[in-house]
Amino acid sequence: MSAFSAIDDEEQEIDQNDFTPGIEPQATWCPGCGDFAVLKALKGAMPELGRTPDEVLLVTGIGCSGKLNSYFECYGYHSLHGRSLPVARAAKLANPGLEVIAAGGDGDGYGIGGNHFMHTARENHDMAYIVFNNEIFGLTKGQTSPTSPKGHKSKTQPHGSAKDPVRPLTLALSSGASYIARAAAVNPRQAKNILIEAIEHDGFAHVDFLTQCPTWNKDAKQYIPYTDIQDSDEYDFDTSDRREAADVMYEAETKIHEGEVLTGRFYQETGRPSYGQEKRAIGEAPDQPLAERYFDEDAEWERAVDDIAAHHT
Amino acid sequence: MRSGLHIYTHRHYPSRIRGGHTYVEVRAGDEPVRSRGNGFDFLLCLGDSFGRSETEGAFYGNEELKPLTEQFDELNEGGVIVYDSGQFDEADIARTELAERAEENDWHVYPVDLRSIAREHGRAIMRNTAGVGVTAALIGQDLSGFEELLKESMSGEMMEANLNVLQDAYERAQEFDMSHDITLPEGSHEEQHAMLTGSDGIAYGALDSGCRFISGYPMTPWTDVFSIMSQKLPKYGGISEQVEDEIAAATLALGASHAGVKAMSGSAGGGFALMSEALGLAEMTETPIVYIEAMRAGPSTGMPTKTEQGDLEHVLYSSQGDSCRIVFAPANVREMYEQTRLAFELAYDYHLPALVVYDQKLEGELRSVPVSFFDREPDPDLGATLTEEELRDAAHDASGKFKRFQHYPDGEREGVNPRSIPGQKGGRFLATGNESSPTGHISEDTVNRKRQMERRMGKLESVSAELDEREASNQATYGDDDAAYGILTWGSTQDTAFEAVDTLDDAGHSVKAMGVSDLMPFPDREVTEFLESVSECLVVEMNASGQFRGLVQRELGQFGPKLSSLLKFNGEPYRSEEVVAVFEESIDGGQPDAQNVKYVPATGD
Repeated sequence: MSAFSAIDDEEQEIDQNDFTPGIEPQATWCPGCGDFAVLKALKGAMPELGRTPDEVLLVTGIGCSGKLNSYFECYGYHSLHGRSLPVARAAKLANPGLEVIAAGGDGDGYGIGGNHFMHTARENHDMAYIVFNNEIFGLTKGQTSPTSPKGHKSKTQPHGSAKDPVRPLTLALSSGASYIARAAAVNPRQAKNILIEAIEHDGFAHVDFLTQCPTWNKDAKQYIPYTDIQDSDEYDFDTSDRREAADVMYEAETKIHEGEVLTGRFYQETGRPSYGQEKRAIGEAPDQPLAERYFDEDAEWERAVDDIAAHHT
Repeated sequence: MRSGLHIYTHRHYPSRIRGGHTYVEVRAGDEPVRSRGNGFDFLLCLGDSFGRSETEGAFYGNEELKPLTEQFDELNEGGVIVYDSGQFDEADIARTELAERAEENDWHVYPVDLRSIAREHGRAIMRNTAGVGVTAALIGQDLSGFEELLKESMSGEMMEANLNVLQDAYERAQEFDMSHDITLPEGSHEEQHAMLTGSDGIAYGALDSGCRFISGYPMTPWTDVFSIMSQKLPKYGGISEQVEDEIAAATLALGASHAGVKAMSGSAGGGFALMSEALGLAEMTETPIVYIEAMRAGPSTGMPTKTEQGDLEHVLYSSQGDSCRIVFAPANVREMYEQTRLAFELAYDYHLPALVVYDQKLEGELRSVPVSFFDREPDPDLGATLTEEELRDAAHDASGKFKRFQHYPDGEREGVNPRSIPGQKGGRFLATGNESSPTGHISEDTVNRKRQMERRMGKLESVSAELDEREASNQATYGDDDAAYGILTWGSTQDTAFEAVDTLDDAGHSVKAMGVSDLMPFPDREVTEFLESVSECLVVEMNASGQFRGLVQRELGQFGPKLSSLLKFNGEPYRSEEVVAVFEESIDGGQPDAQNVKYVPATGD
């Protein structure tokens, strides 16, 4: 009998409104903010995934995106700027039954947390990572971010940014993510479906979610016109082919600065074991969820004295 | 140890990629040994193990001769030198003026061609075994113990060759014309002993606490704990994660703990600097965690393989806002085991970070401890945690959210809200690094803020009271209760100070010592009583600014005029004679003439 009965509880009926917190039902993002679309898509995904609030651990970073935890009812961990991934991946290792989702902004994930992004992707932890990409620092009021286009002027880059922006999809691919997609707030149906796929994916699923910032990034507006690459004849490619995926990512990351927004699934690697599976296969993680052991009254705990008598005398 | 003696070792190694003068001090006695002692009686000098260091214009000086020359100042009168004459050139030996110095100090020098003995039976690298054989013969120890060890750790041809080298060297040395007067003391253990480093003490303490998750990044001198845990955890059903940096290391451990596992992380000073934000997050989210901090000589990269106690203020105050953490500084293997266990217990009972701070000295210092000391039950208890059944009766908000951070929790310990674990039905809540309301939602309400701060900080007072009530104090005292003078110290310096007390006692001084382990919360009562009972006190620590003396004054707000400081920050641990000398010269207002150490008189003196 599991100590965590919310996990895989098939008896409970699920309504997406279960994910609206009674405490903060209304999000305080600016009117027209793309973040609303992430919240809506995520809530919409849950009934289809068959998950209840008590079996989901949502780990966020800091920024407007981090407030997602206040507006989405589940177990939440609103961590530090850039640090959602390390918290999330350890929680998943500790209890693989949990549905672990990490989320943050572009500054959070591609800037201050870039190292964690790279390594979490490399290790292929079984989780979805949603990056609210608005190409700007919103919460701190409009500074240039790692995805801001070259030449972007802000209070901290008064002569325009001299830096080329990060290419997040390519970065995820070369780091080792096994599912990579881009969604946009203006296309909620596609966004919901991508989130469902990302969460169901057994490995590290990176979703670069374009969330327009009407307050601080007037240039980005609504991320329109957009093209769903799966619906477009122009981008007929095999999403399981790494090289082809890289080419289309290149197109997407170039065109976004030329006024065309390409969204959809860019890379889907199937059959690759997740990090947890790898660890269990080589005997470096227990087969039973580690967290269960602490609640198991019959669990036998190894004694150090046996080791000491055997190896130190 | 197997021959019934008590053992103590200290290892010296340079912060170098390869080579360099590396050596281990071994001290053995029929009574428990507390420190590296004062000088050596016996020097087994193998020389440069690579045997191919450049000598012309070498930045590090003449490496080949260092094993001899670097030790001259520390070899006691009447001492023995065995050196490998197959390794050292006679002309070089002459340049060291070994003969003249031996004459002057009554040293007994035995040149032995260890290299040839090793080659005769195996390979040159086995000359260390030859050295052991010669040493055993010269101090009157039979070979059975060494043979046993070789058989346990080797097999096949390798083992045979080493056994032959050992035996041959032993027999040859028996033939020497022995002029020295140094023999191994005889001792016996009433029970089985084990030899462990301080790093072992921490690792076994953690494992016996039910810790089954560690995340880390290598950094000397913390790497030992991390490696031991990484090798043990798979067998103990746990998980070890080597990650991209210390920021991730500290944060992963929080994720594992939050998900219901007893977890730890750690680093040396430099890596710990990267952990400060996670430390604060643990304090704010009330996520139980144990962090280990291994000190080495700083600032910055400092001297990576050399010891110091310079991170005291770093571990106490690192991270923004008011500190709300437990910090223990154990002094030896036993205390490292005990206090690591206690750190886990309190961290999980009170939902705050508990830190264990130690140093390079303790990291690799081997000591013999009775095995029975470790014969106790593991403690996998998750502390203040609810089961699903208990959660059903716990306080929830109208919308069904668990009140994880109530202002006045009704749990067993004041200020502590027993927690739920993700995946438990009915336990969902928000943990945030922001100030939060009872359900964990972000709140900047002034009344809420004040109450939550008071509640969290109040947990430290409860910890303090609990520590005070415990039968066994973490502070160790030594010497005559009624002594007139005091020596106060912390962490790894403790047992050396205790040894100094014995020497001072023998010399007719009235002195006692206290070694403090509880750095936060500070043991006000115990230290106050100690300081009130003495007329003057020498505070002994290994840093340059007297951080511990500062802490005592900050915590107690008095005793300034009573407290003088003895500081050492040259990278080596104290010898007890250094403490003895400065104590004797400084009491009653003297000004010590200290070589390797620094004396700072009491304020107002």
